Amino acid sequence: MRLINRHPDRAGRLMLVLLPFALLLFAYFVGSANRLAENANDKLLPSATQMVAAVDRLAFTEDKRSGNYLFWQDTLSSLKRLGMGLGIAALVGLCLGMAAGTLPLLSAPLSPLLTVLSMVPPLAILPILFIVFGLGELSKVMLIVIGITPVLARDLEQRAREIPTELLIKAQTLGANTWTLMLRVVLPHLLPRLLIALRLVLGSAWLFLIAAEAIASTDGLGYRIFLVRRYLAMDVIVPYVIWITLLAWLMDLGLRQVARLAFPWYEGAKA
Amino acid sequence: MRTPRLFSLLAAGLAVAISINAPAAQKDNFSVCWTIYAGWMPWEYAKAQGIVDKWAKKYDINIDVVQINDYVESINQYTAGQFDGCTMTNMDALTIPAAGGVDSTALVIGDFSNGNDGVVIKGANKTLADLKGMPVNLVELSVSHYLLARGLERADLSEKDLKVVNTSDADMVAAFQTDDVKAVTTWNPLLAEIEATPNVTKVFDSSKIPGEIIDLMVVNSDTLKDNPNFGKALTGAWYEVMATMSADSPEGKAARESMAKASGTDLAGYESQLAATKMFYSASDAVAFANSPKLPATMSKVAEFSFNHGLLGEGAQSAEAVGMSFAKGVSTGDKSNIKLRFDPSYMQMAADNSL
Repeated sequence: MRLINRHPDRAGRLMLVLLPFALLLFAYFVGSANRLAENANDKLLPSATQMVAAVDRLAFTEDKRSGNYLFWQDTLSSLKRLGMGLGIAALVGLCLGMAAGTLPLLSAPLSPLLTVLSMVPPLAILPILFIVFGLGELSKVMLIVIGITPVLARDLEQRAREIPTELLIKAQTLGANTWTLMLRVVLPHLLPRLLIALRLVLGSAWLFLIAAEAIASTDGLGYRIFLVRRYLAMDVIVPYVIWITLLAWLMDLGLRQVARLAFPWYEGAKA
Repeated sequence: MRTPRLFSLLAAGLAVAISINAPAAQKDNFSVCWTIYAGWMPWEYAKAQGIVDKWAKKYDINIDVVQINDYVESINQYTAGQFDGCTMTNMDALTIPAAGGVDSTALVIGDFSNGNDGVVIKGANKTLADLKGMPVNLVELSVSHYLLARGLERADLSEKDLKVVNTSDADMVAAFQTDDVKAVTTWNPLLAEIEATPNVTKVFDSSKIPGEIIDLMVVNSDTLKDNPNFGKALTGAWYEVMATMSADSPEGKAARESMAKASGTDLAGYESQLAATKMFYSASDAVAFANSPKLPATMSKVAEFSFNHGLLGEGAQSAEAVGMSFAKGVSTGDKSNIKLRFDPSYMQMAADNSL
């Protein structure tokens, strides 16, 4: 049988799914055991026991100095920043994208501007952002907003252009004015697309969040990682990275479920 | 099913690949890393002028001198075994490689900060006591943090009385321009930049705690023990540059000028940084510093600070967890776990002209 026509059966498929993860874990723990055998104090590749101890210390023991549970406090402040950043970016991106994609009079000034803005690397203009937004919570949220809004807006503008003209004409013959048209035809079309676009920019949003927390902060997942890096505490960094990956994956899954439940017709329309 | 066999093959391959990097005792090729700082620019000069190569050749070895842009990363790379030596401060030598179980030796004591690190508050005529209740931006857990802690002791304050905000050194100068930032603790050349802002006061600096923030060339103790020539070549190259750069001659000026350029400033700027750095131009001065009883006392203070901030690792039960050895058989901390050694014997050879 040709390779292209060979499909793994159920058990084989599960095995193939798990194989790369198992290999990664295996390589890690072999490397870790090797380094620890040579130097019991090695910090670079901590063992599972060391990581469990670190998680226990950060997540389930009160911090001696502040009396907080650092892990949960970090998670909470990071998620708050990320949620606000994503929320604002989604709202602004939706408005801009809808305006630029539907109204030719607004498309002329907005479209090229968004294209140019989306090319500016936000991390390169950090000093300017500090001066405009200060160093507090606002600047961290704004870094996420500035980083992902242009991408969202450009994507939604394209999707708005892809709405069949027949639909728009039909609505107009039925007496819809511009406002009704945007609210009743364009917006419902764009909402599921917005959720998909959000899923795609989740990775960038996390990147900007961690960068913002590394610069000036007193808590947050990115803050902790950059702080303990100062003494190479990989036993803290590795669980934090796994936790961030898990959170990002859950958020992606959540957005997909929302899209499926709220806009079941969207998946159907594509098929 | 072919997958299981593939799996075990791959696994075996990986195991072999990982176990190969066992350390070789005797070797001919070495590499050391350094980062940009007033007191470490001589390494740049020593490499660019071929001085390291010359000394390495004398002892029939190769030494590669690599510049790293990120200070903490350079120490992490050294700790992970990528380099045989690296430039770092006394505190970082204790908290990163030594606390990480990598037995390290301070081969060359290059200088100590004598004003290169400082605490700056916005506003005129401020004092250390004004720090109470203020947010202070600094690179947390760095020598800046240590300097601040020492300053607070003088003002009868503690870290609980203020809020420390971790801020990346790369963004310190830009951060100082914002309204949120009231006070910073940082090092040169950032400190000079921040002090130049109108209406600010420098309330404390490292010249008030002389000899506590020490800049070193740290090498792996095992590598040094098996290859004394590596230590001799590095030390020889260092003191040749020291002699050149401290000379009041056209060559000395040219050397300082090239170091200034490499560190991104001009001769005047570099010389003002050197003025805040107590360089040990002569090997005998460095040996005297290493032999003085003040050094073990300083390191005990640094160990105490590090332990209080959790820098010695969670396994550490006390500030004594990591042992340190000094000249004349003096040692502090756990004697069965000596991981940081101040060994002036190579500098002594340079002082005796026997390299």
